[in-house]
Amino acid sequence: MGLEQKPLSTLHEKASYEVGDFDVPTGREEEWRFTPLRRLRGLHNGTAEDGGKVLVEAEAPPEVTVETVGRDDARLGRSYVPADRVSAQAWNSFTHATVVTVPKETAASAPTVLRLRGDSAELAGPPAAAYGHTTVVLEPFAEATVVLTHHGSATYADNVEFVVGDGARLSVISLQDWADGAVHVSHQHARLGRDARFVSHNISLGGDVVRISPSVSYDGPGGDAELYGVYFVDGGQHMEHRLLVDHTVPHCRSRVDYRGALQDQDAHAVWIGDVIIRAEAEGTDTYELNRNLVLTDGTRVDSVPNLEILTGEVAGAGHASASGRLDDEHLFYLRARGITFDAARRMVVRGFLGQLIERIEVAEVREKVHDAIEAELDRGAAK
Amino acid sequence: MATLEIRDLHVSVGDGSDGAKEILRGVDLTVKAGETHAIMGPNGSGKSTLAYAVAGHPKYEVTSGAVTLDGEDVLAMSVDERARAGLFLAMQYPVEVPGVSVSNFLRSAVTAVRGEAPKLRDFSKEMKKAMDDLSIDPAFAQRSLNEGFSGGEKKRHEILQLEMLKPKVAVLDETDSGLDVDALKVVSEGVNRFAGGDTGVLLITHYTRILRYVKPDFVHVFSGGRVVAEGGPELADELENEGYEKYAKAGASA
Repeated sequence: MGLEQKPLSTLHEKASYEVGDFDVPTGREEEWRFTPLRRLRGLHNGTAEDGGKVLVEAEAPPEVTVETVGRDDARLGRSYVPADRVSAQAWNSFTHATVVTVPKETAASAPTVLRLRGDSAELAGPPAAAYGHTTVVLEPFAEATVVLTHHGSATYADNVEFVVGDGARLSVISLQDWADGAVHVSHQHARLGRDARFVSHNISLGGDVVRISPSVSYDGPGGDAELYGVYFVDGGQHMEHRLLVDHTVPHCRSRVDYRGALQDQDAHAVWIGDVIIRAEAEGTDTYELNRNLVLTDGTRVDSVPNLEILTGEVAGAGHASASGRLDDEHLFYLRARGITFDAARRMVVRGFLGQLIERIEVAEVREKVHDAIEAELDRGAAK
Repeated sequence: MATLEIRDLHVSVGDGSDGAKEILRGVDLTVKAGETHAIMGPNGSGKSTLAYAVAGHPKYEVTSGAVTLDGEDVLAMSVDERARAGLFLAMQYPVEVPGVSVSNFLRSAVTAVRGEAPKLRDFSKEMKKAMDDLSIDPAFAQRSLNEGFSGGEKKRHEILQLEMLKPKVAVLDETDSGLDVDALKVVSEGVNRFAGGDTGVLLITHYTRILRYVKPDFVHVFSGGRVVAEGGPELADELENEGYEKYAKAGASA
């Protein structure tokens, strides 16, 4: 890239498959300043101890193919180039990858579920690092739902690619419900063909540090991406979601709505919402929203929406961010109708997150998320 | 027979740098089952403070006095205990609670106040009937509580809650304000339905307009944080003609 071709946008500056192309983050960089680097166990600077294990178990309907492949499989890495050092580290370190393929014009009869489980014993000290790669390909006009679940104990960095062909529809639910000590740094990139539709739900509940970077790019007009997220952050947990939607072609749409609740000392939520509308992306329609509900003292929220518009011809572009305490007036109103403090608190939190949980299409996952939120609320009530 | 007794009630708000401000300065009031009391008074006279203090809003601090319901100490109860004991406050500005549906909220409230969950079938029927009576579109049952409701719709929903929770004593805080005449009639009919029964009603209002539809047994004039005049319905007529001017002075000199 010559000097005259310096990128116009500052939100998405660099991409490379080489770890060495990225400096070791110090924590002063814009993209790392909210992340507790010391808790990443060396994933960011090459000192991570190898040998960790994350097992993948798949369940898919017959028309969907799930394969475990080696590093040299030509389908890997075609839609996504790592955008930061940890992502590049994961790209260069994984030993095998999972490829999910939905053939063209095929509507999957059931969700495809990939269960990822960290296999490190909790007692043996912090888990050694493991790396992964997942590629999901929807051929043109295919339709499918893919569920990724993350459990157990791990230090895990991975990249997930969603290649959504022309006219295809993909719905993804990624549940991060790790054990307490887990570290997970993940990039989830969706590349949308012409008239493709992509809906993603990120549900982050468990782990010590969870940093998920969902991004979307468009290959043709008519692409439509909806990115939803629900997180519940407990004391000491760091949950970070960094979204990037890069509108490079005309007449595409994007919606982002992430909501989280925080409780107890040093619960830290970070939400970064970057949207770029490039000069050629006329007729773009985008809106992003982040809301946080603070349930106790001692928590911290960093919420940063960034919108870069490089054309005057947009159909709609907006963003909003709001973080606040559980509203005393809400609680008073409900309690004045006889509802106890704890029940009122639950109703408000359920209502706040429920609007997104209801959108999850897979009933089993929806119930699981619902139960997990109840368990979080139980934990808060027990204090 | 239920009786709400308020004795020499003093209430302050705020504990900031400028100190607490006393709003109620010795209120005495007794509301018995089947009685309708109107509390009237100019802006800032403390009417709404009385309503919120009785309901237990944390912003208002009772500095002295007593409130009892059938002899039970209301001031010792939490907000939700007061509601379960049979007190109800229809709010002047009902808050919006996103993601909590009207039906879910009503069922939770009814369950809490009655002490057991009603059968879903019975509850649905009861809710539908109550909504019909107040000309509320049944589709509202699935909407988020008060979210996007007009002023009139919010007030109707307050009365809906009142009719379903069947309190011993209901305090209506300016339920008439912001209503057009049609909505006022619907709301008044609702008030009359339960005011005719065993419920004691404390109707707080700035205007005499609602008293054409809801007939009070007693009228109390509020000024400067206390009751400065009491009488029957004829007192409301006097206020309609002469305004609050002479009572405003009475409150100030107290």
